[in-house]
Amino acid sequence: MKLAATAGGGLFLGFSWTSSVASALEVVSDTALAAGKIDFNSYLALSPDGLITIFSPNPELGQNIKTSFPMIVAEELDADWTKVKVIQAPLDTNKFERQVTGGSGAVPHSWERLRKAGATARQMLIEAAAKRWKVPASSLSTENSMVIHKASGRKLSYGELVTEAAKMPVPAEVKLKEPKDFKLIGKAVRNVDNHEMVTGKPLYGIDFYRDGMLFAMIQRPTAFGMKLKSVDAAAAKAMPGIVDVVTFKNNVAVVGKSTWQVNKARKALKIAYEKEGALESSADHDRLFKELLDSKEATVRRKDGDVDTAFKNAAKVVKGEYQCPFLSHAPMEPMNFFAHVRPDGVELVGPTQTPERARGEVAKLLNISPEKVTVELTRLGGGFGRRLAADYVLEAAELSSIIKAPVKVIWTREDDMTGGTYRPAVRYRFEAALDAKGNMIGYKLRGVGINSGNPTREDNFPSGAVDNLLIDSVEHQSPITTGPWRAPITNFLAFAEQAFLDEVAEAAGKDPVQFRLALLEKAKKAPVGEIKYDIDRMKGVIELAAEKSGWGKKKGVAQGFSVYFSHRSYVAQVGEVELKNGAPVVKKIYAAADCGQVINLSGANQQVKGGVVDGLGHAMYSNLTFKDGAPEQNNFSTYRLIRMKEVPEIDVHFVNNGIDPTGLGEPALPPTGGAVANAIYKATGKRLRNQPFMQQAEFKSA
Amino acid sequence: MAIYKLQINGRSYEADVEADTPLLWVLRDNLGLVGTKYGCGIAQCGACTVHVNGNAIRSCVYPVSAVGESKITTIEGLSEKGDHPVQLAWDEVDVPQCGYCQAGQIMTATALLQKNPNPNTEEIENAMNGNICRCGTYHRIREAVALAATKLK
Repeated sequence: MKLAATAGGGLFLGFSWTSSVASALEVVSDTALAAGKIDFNSYLALSPDGLITIFSPNPELGQNIKTSFPMIVAEELDADWTKVKVIQAPLDTNKFERQVTGGSGAVPHSWERLRKAGATARQMLIEAAAKRWKVPASSLSTENSMVIHKASGRKLSYGELVTEAAKMPVPAEVKLKEPKDFKLIGKAVRNVDNHEMVTGKPLYGIDFYRDGMLFAMIQRPTAFGMKLKSVDAAAAKAMPGIVDVVTFKNNVAVVGKSTWQVNKARKALKIAYEKEGALESSADHDRLFKELLDSKEATVRRKDGDVDTAFKNAAKVVKGEYQCPFLSHAPMEPMNFFAHVRPDGVELVGPTQTPERARGEVAKLLNISPEKVTVELTRLGGGFGRRLAADYVLEAAELSSIIKAPVKVIWTREDDMTGGTYRPAVRYRFEAALDAKGNMIGYKLRGVGINSGNPTREDNFPSGAVDNLLIDSVEHQSPITTGPWRAPITNFLAFAEQAFLDEVAEAAGKDPVQFRLALLEKAKKAPVGEIKYDIDRMKGVIELAAEKSGWGKKKGVAQGFSVYFSHRSYVAQVGEVELKNGAPVVKKIYAAADCGQVINLSGANQQVKGGVVDGLGHAMYSNLTFKDGAPEQNNFSTYRLIRMKEVPEIDVHFVNNGIDPTGLGEPALPPTGGAVANAIYKATGKRLRNQPFMQQAEFKSA
Repeated sequence: MAIYKLQINGRSYEADVEADTPLLWVLRDNLGLVGTKYGCGIAQCGACTVHVNGNAIRSCVYPVSAVGESKITTIEGLSEKGDHPVQLAWDEVDVPQCGYCQAGQIMTATALLQKNPNPNTEEIENAMNGNICRCGTYHRIREAVALAATKLK
């Protein structure tokens, strides 16, 4: 970190990003900076020219952290917003914790720290002005990067005060603003990188270029369960621009002077593969799921009461099975990474959601100390969970270590789609027992999946609201690699559960919204076991979505309801569907979100809309299938993503309840599939239990 | 390999590449114009959209040998200071999330507006439907194209 250069002469506040509480701040002197004697892990720097800088440790992939972080600081500092800049920090585990983009956690984690840093600097600027003017600090106010003495009409800019402010003692306690006094937080602020993005600046990993750098593509096994047997690279090596072809593990890397040359030469490789494990097909998985749903060897995830008795005594039993396919993450920027393995250390540059994991795994692979590995973060052209894995970073590092040269490994779209860490294919069986009054007295859920880990969220709603409940799961181990995919597991589970509850409500003769509210009421009054969601917040979004959508009040409009608790936030949605030539068309989706305090209304609105579009598109269209271990779709021609014409109107509302921010990168996605499926049922009378909807027999021809 | 003389963004460039090299990779690897993005390589996503004589084309499947005397415009050449009405509209509507597809979206939108300065919603959707945005900023793209149309008047 080049800290001294940024700080020279100004007020430089170090603060801790690692401790669990926002700890005390300290003023850092230029000499300490120059000597590298710093034991804080982030900073807020105010320079005499009025510029305010903070360091952001979190990778930016479109969640808009580079805009929301400085907004939080600027708010408490009463800074001129246009003068606050964020610098993307490289990986530094001594200084940061949780340098990760994932789990919708960056703002919740940083909220208090950033506010306190801003408020502390503001207080020190006030003290400096009070000393200069010889007036009480309490007589001063701040606005737009100025300290103001109202009584005399005097004003001083922050830039003019920073050098003196740096000599003031750091206040042990600072008062943070009341949310009602926020001027910036909660307002719509444009993305700070807009200009760079709309003018095509080199922001992304794939744009990285270094003199002397080589380009590489890697041919990986064509199917999961295959391994490399032999390679004949003679023809490829003879092609123009090719520097070398090297083989490591199951990879054949073509290294050359340009992307196109390596791409062409790669097609001239003659490679034989042999079977290493099972070569699985989607048809095998369909059969397997049915076996696993009846398996005697499930892992129990949660058990309340006595389900056997409840189902024996039930007046009515409802059953439903739901299944989802594998999905590719398909970020628009395919995987890529730059690596330069030198004798004295390793330089890594590129797009990753988990720089620390990348560094650790590279150090282990090369058998060197992690301190010798640097990771520079570029902007990410999407991630959706794919860039939590480090496979593509490791490949680049291993290749560079073999060829002893700086190299950028680029994946084609086909590589990206056929070499994924996919959203696992999963099947669920739900069973509900109703008593004579239509109360849900028993609930069973079994989830079975391909490399899915635990495909349930056993403590989510409706757990806690049902006296007799059993949730268990069975996992099938497969050579097909899987991993987290935006809103892991819940991206499909939420649809299955919310669609099933719609079936149960219907069987109970109850309105779907009232049915859910009654369950929450029961969880509140007579909770069963531990409840790990906030009943009131969930109720809040249900009521807001029902109100805004005119639930139950619109004649002739087919509406479907859904609500889900994801990570730390709550989102309810109402879908509206019309039939056009026998096919369902989603016309509108209402979303009511409780993510606590909204930081940037523009970013938050889009985060919800984008989450809904993501949830809708994948529920309707996307499907990755396998034949003998090989993905059957390898590009956007066969793997369908949602496009502009298919996007409905989306109406976003936020609950304003004064709670600290609880994250929004993922929570808007899970409820969408259920809201849409339930609306499709209202419009067509057809229950959709498998995704993607538009490939089901009912609508395939439409 | 052969030397191709290219007219890009009002400047002359030379690239020593094979005839079948897509314009996309000449721009990116040979000329350092990396604003034009690779997304699919088969003209399905629009991330690589540039203008050839004012027409939006997918540069990932457009061989450099087909360019000839044509005038190429990339995102870098749309305006000198990033103040083309379409770029301004993109900022004003606050369109980008990850931003990776947006150069292609902007180039498609600009070509549309040059031919049809007053597109209705359906015409905007028809023109933009070939450009994928994985973050789902479609509403804002549509709004920004409509706003840009008013700015161009």
